Amino acid sequence: MAQLKASLRPAPAPPPTPIPVTLNVNGVERTLHLAPWTTLLDALRLHLDLTGTKKGCDHGQCGACTVLVDGRRINSCLTLAAMQDGRKVTTIEGLTTGDALHPLQEAFIEHDAFQCGYCTPGQICSAAGLIAEGKASTDDEIRELMSGNLCRCGAYPNIVAAIRQAMATAAPKAEGAP
Amino acid sequence: MRSFTYARAASAADAVGRAGASGTAFVAGGTNLLDLMKADVLRPEGLVDISRLPLDRIEETAEGGLRLGALARNADTAYDERVQTRYPMLSKAILAGASAQLRNMATNGGNLLQRTRCYYFYDTATPCNKREPGSGCGAIGGVNRIHAILGASDRCIAVHPSDLCVALAALDAVVQVTGPDGERSIPFADFHRLPGDRPEIDTVLRPGDLVTAIDLPAKGFAEHSTYLKIRDRASYAFALVSVAAGLELDGGTVRDARLALGGVAHKPWRDPEAEAALVGKPATPDRFRAAARVLLRDAKGHEHNSFKIELAERAIVRALTEAAERKGAPRP
Ligand SMILES: Cc1cc2nc3c(=O)[nH]c(=O)nc-3n(C[C@H](O)[C@H](O)[C@H](O)COP(=O)(O)OP(=O)(O)OC[C@H]3O[C@@H](n4cnc5c(N)ncnc54)[C@H](O)[C@@H]3O)c2cc1C
Ligand code: SF4
Repeated sequence: MAQLKASLRPAPAPPPTPIPVTLNVNGVERTLHLAPWTTLLDALRLHLDLTGTKKGCDHGQCGACTVLVDGRRINSCLTLAAMQDGRKVTTIEGLTTGDALHPLQEAFIEHDAFQCGYCTPGQICSAAGLIAEGKASTDDEIRELMSGNLCRCGAYPNIVAAIRQAMATAAPKAEGAP
Repeated sequence: MRSFTYARAASAADAVGRAGASGTAFVAGGTNLLDLMKADVLRPEGLVDISRLPLDRIEETAEGGLRLGALARNADTAYDERVQTRYPMLSKAILAGASAQLRNMATNGGNLLQRTRCYYFYDTATPCNKREPGSGCGAIGGVNRIHAILGASDRCIAVHPSDLCVALAALDAVVQVTGPDGERSIPFADFHRLPGDRPEIDTVLRPGDLVTAIDLPAKGFAEHSTYLKIRDRASYAFALVSVAAGLELDGGTVRDARLALGGVAHKPWRDPEAEAALVGKPATPDRFRAAARVLLRDAKGHEHNSFKIELAERAIVRALTEAAERKGAPRP
């Protein structure tokens, strides 16, 4: 049956030659040769073994694949790796400094801001982007600007509390410049 | 995704040249195109990446308005200080759409050209005249809760899903295009089409046409305007009905009015008669309701979406009331 079905399909086009893509991932320059349709998410997970970034819906709806590109949060499933050539990508693996957790990671643990943990890397990268954007100050604003990250366990109240705490510790640093 | 080739455009002219080949599509933010390619709804053989063309600026125009680059990101447009102060309804509309991550990726040009979210358009196992001309319409007689109440045809009852475009329609924006036949300017009201008997065609763009910018006229209705979006949850959902409203008031009297609706038709819906019904009249809920009834006079519901007719009427009254009350205007 499978064979019959396969024979009814048009012959697949020959795969185009792989394209060279250079990404600076978490501070390390990596050059890959990728099929054009490789998303940034698949490049990270399948080609660089950085499996912290999760594939949830693969359609930009859940936010599990959120990473920072040149410091801005994006859905890595809806962009091609080739489109990000030459850019700086930060994933959950790149947020720690040595063995020290990022303040958001600390806050998520402290506030029990996850249950199964699948959405957490995306939540944390998204929250890092949100803090850098500086557009949220109230809980309602955090909720609104985090609405692109779904949590099927429903840890939302604790996620908001964790972000609020990390935001409070990040703020003096931002304004601390002499 | 199916196999395709990838090339980066070196300039706008290069992009237009490359797009001449059939089966080629521009990719900007990728948030709609790649989604539809994964769903096997769109099957381009080649992508021309325009995302790095220097069309990402927001600049003053000689006429006192703003030129929004086609490749400026939705987030950068919404948070631009000039947009926020001079065109607050536009900023609000953009921020009512998608998520922070998506707005960081999505471009203004791509937003104009995003496709409908009709369930059948996305589901390649079902008939859809927009996806597969002549195959029929799954939504007519199917599940049509999110579909059109105005301007639909017996071939297609899809709605245009953009929030940004509703504000652009209300503001009388102009779309700047460069293509194989040179450059042209398209008034926003003429940019998107009604489905008629060719629902597969969303806009008046021709193959190879590249949107380069969107121009906003000087008049931004900053004093009295709003964008109201009604959806199934508080955030991150497409509009069931949305309203971009702008008023120019002289005391309690309406001098000029703009009213555009989203979520109700194949294009952002404007109706000159409804706007005329407001001008010269007091800015009161009664008058707003009368204008809403003019706008909705030909509205037609389907099995699951008739609720949108009353929802639209109420949303119009509420949006105009909010717009009138802004900045300490005299209470009606
Ligand atoms: C989960 C989700 C939720 C969303 N919610 C909302 C919402 O609530 N409100 C809303 O308004 N939108 C919403 N969107 C849609 C989003 O706004 C669009 O996907 C986005 O604006 C498209 O822009 P882009 O640059 O990514 O376009 P792309 O995906 O790159 O391109 C889209 C189309 O436009 C064409 N194109 C792009 N740029 C040009 C140009 N300059 N000239 C000619 N053709 C061009 C491409 O060829 C393609 O056909 C949502 C999207 C997702 C995935
Ligand atoms: S409403 Fe339009 S897009 Fe939806 S199934 Fe019918 S033809 Fe297709």
